[in-house]
Amino acid sequence: MLSRVAENIYWMARYIERAENTARLITVNTNLLLDTPKSGQPGWQPIIEIMGCEAHYLEHNQGYDERTVLKYLISDTSGANSIYNSLKLARENARTIRDIIPREAWEFINKLYHNSKSTALSGYGRKGRFEYMQNIILGAQTITGLLAGTMLHDMGYDFLKMGRNLERADMTTRIIDVRSGDLLPEHEAMTPFENIQWMSVLKSLTAYQMYRRTIQERVSRPYVLKFLLKEKKFPRSFFHTLLEVKYCLKHLPRNEEAIDVLNEVGKKVLRADQAILVQEELHRFIDELQLGLTDIHQVISSTYFRHLVVD
Amino acid sequence: MAIRWGSYKVKGLYDELIRVAGKPRPAAEALCQYLHNLSDREIEEYKSAAEMAIHVMGVTFTVYSEEEGSIDRAWPFDIIPRIIPKSEWIEIEKGLKQRVLALNMFIDDLYHDQRIIKDGVFPASLLKNSVNYRKQCIDIDPPGHIWAHICGSDLVRDKDGTMYVLEDNLRVPSGVSYMLENRLVMKRVFSDLFENQDILPVDDYPSQLYDMLAALSPRDIEQPEIVVLTPGIYNSAYFEHAYLAQQMGAELVEGRDLVVDKDDCVYMQTVEGLSRVDVIYRRVDDMFLDPEVFDPKSTLGVAGLMRAWKAGNVALANAPGSGVADDKVVYSYVPEIIRYYLNEEALIGNVPTYKCFNKEDRDYVLEHIAELVIKPANESGGYGMLIGPQATQKEREHFKKLIRKDPRNYIGQPLLTLSTAPTLVGNRVEPRHLDLRPFILTGPDSVEVTMGGLTRVALRKGSTVVNSSQGGGSKDTWIVDDEVL
Repeated sequence: MLSRVAENIYWMARYIERAENTARLITVNTNLLLDTPKSGQPGWQPIIEIMGCEAHYLEHNQGYDERTVLKYLISDTSGANSIYNSLKLARENARTIRDIIPREAWEFINKLYHNSKSTALSGYGRKGRFEYMQNIILGAQTITGLLAGTMLHDMGYDFLKMGRNLERADMTTRIIDVRSGDLLPEHEAMTPFENIQWMSVLKSLTAYQMYRRTIQERVSRPYVLKFLLKEKKFPRSFFHTLLEVKYCLKHLPRNEEAIDVLNEVGKKVLRADQAILVQEELHRFIDELQLGLTDIHQVISSTYFRHLVVD
Repeated sequence: MAIRWGSYKVKGLYDELIRVAGKPRPAAEALCQYLHNLSDREIEEYKSAAEMAIHVMGVTFTVYSEEEGSIDRAWPFDIIPRIIPKSEWIEIEKGLKQRVLALNMFIDDLYHDQRIIKDGVFPASLLKNSVNYRKQCIDIDPPGHIWAHICGSDLVRDKDGTMYVLEDNLRVPSGVSYMLENRLVMKRVFSDLFENQDILPVDDYPSQLYDMLAALSPRDIEQPEIVVLTPGIYNSAYFEHAYLAQQMGAELVEGRDLVVDKDDCVYMQTVEGLSRVDVIYRRVDDMFLDPEVFDPKSTLGVAGLMRAWKAGNVALANAPGSGVADDKVVYSYVPEIIRYYLNEEALIGNVPTYKCFNKEDRDYVLEHIAELVIKPANESGGYGMLIGPQATQKEREHFKKLIRKDPRNYIGQPLLTLSTAPTLVGNRVEPRHLDLRPFILTGPDSVEVTMGGLTRVALRKGSTVVNSSQGGGSKDTWIVDDEVL
């Protein structure tokens, strides 16, 4: 398989997943704002920070009022990780591999891109936002299903799954960070709300039911974090995504280095128990996991995508 | 009954299917009878069935638009085929083979001894002015001395029924995928017609192309690695590049997928590592092929590709520099070229062409400018042309001045009335002008011509512009065995 084709499949999957995750992140925060007291509301600035696009945002916008941020997260065209841009890039990548992915999948990606663009306005305000985000999430899930059900499960499919899972792991860590880090200052007055909020974290990842089935304890911080970071069987847990990537790597040639890097990150997350309990420690720990994801991406990229320089 | 051949007007035209109103040509009788028996509703059904088939098969060509980047449009297709009797086609096929054989000898000669110039048949000054002559190709010996492996020659028929070659495309001719897809559409929609007639098949083209390319491989191995090199998804013929690669089971690559290593061999970058490439069917123009040798800013090509080609480590089809034989002045010499190399007369004529640097020709052109089309030698795409019969007196005088000033740069041709074929307009048929592009494959030990080719039709009434980007469409082309009729 051509490196370029593998790379396009990988990025197509990442961008589809990214659009879905941005929609999830927006939904979490909208719900959070509804649940927390008006004083002490963190607003939308932390979301921009967590997406890692603060500098870019401030170049084009002033202040963090809800509508401006939402407009940015949904429709910005100037190179940020907006839903529009993610779907546009997913579509561009899909275009170049139309002979690899099934026709229905290409058509659906195209349709999702056009729909998300033409209905963007409804996501800016709170009234239509839930439905808009839901459409993005379900659209991305539909594409995943179409590909799983109709694409050849060859090497190309391994690159697709690796892209999706690395992006998913990235966003799971970001969503945990929103809730535990800067967003909610650890403050006495907050405690009555805390568990409701952890519940909404689970719901934003469609994890509430699965949590309930797996862990019979009441919803609370250590158990939720353990579930989202270490649960083997939950598809959006960090550890599960790593297992998926490893499973794909095992099908590929020249995989030794990549598997080594991945195992390191896996060991790290399994040692998470201490970090989960202390807020400051957790924030640092999440940072480490994100760096680990970057390492895994880089080793995949240099092994399979990078073009040899001939001198 | 919707189609009445009695009211189909062909006066003053040569129609491919209808001889005179109400009277089909022999090879078209069965088809015309069949169409005549269709009700309006059936015609509608067939039309939408064809549209559906095109949509489902994903036949598209790319139209560039500012807002959306490039978009794919279905390419307009007329369900009434164009028919050529096999007996006539056999002669055309001979003529095309003869022509391409001579053109390949001509190209090879120009990059070696230039005998044709030394012998005074082809003027050296014309070569000097050629924009497609590549000095970088001098003294290179491609396998079998073949340069133009894939040639698309455009044929037109004048109102008296004579076939002419209008131009030869020796660089990266496109359109063959539409020929193949059109046939598939027709077989899906009109399966009963194919059962009852001898319509010769076209679908072995991809395997012939594969065999021809494989025969060029520098390595004598069971399965040489053949790739199709495309400029990428924004190229208007991308659909065809992907289609042919798929049909041949070859890898579709872009320049950035390939690399020339220190051993002067070409490799493609795969997830398994570097993998040697033997034959490149390139759909990228000469000037973008290799930034080391041609346009240094090109990102579509592969640095070092010419080195690898010269070393004989990779085959390129078509060979760089083949385009020298497809400009307009060279075209006007093809009859002489055939005579010079093969000692034969051309079996298919050129459109009569007056070369203005010949005094006799020039005098004729100046005198008859109102009847002629004047074309500059080094322009393409219809730029700087004068269509005499449609021009004003002032424009004609202006061109006379240009010709006198620089006679070498102009040719004159009579304005042809292209032949027509019945084309659906609503539920009725009207004549529309068309041309034909057959494809000729030349390998070291074989020459193949497509069975027919791509018929392009000008869908606007009276128009002779058949290009897909300008309101043109296409038809299936049937070579019908007339010996069994």
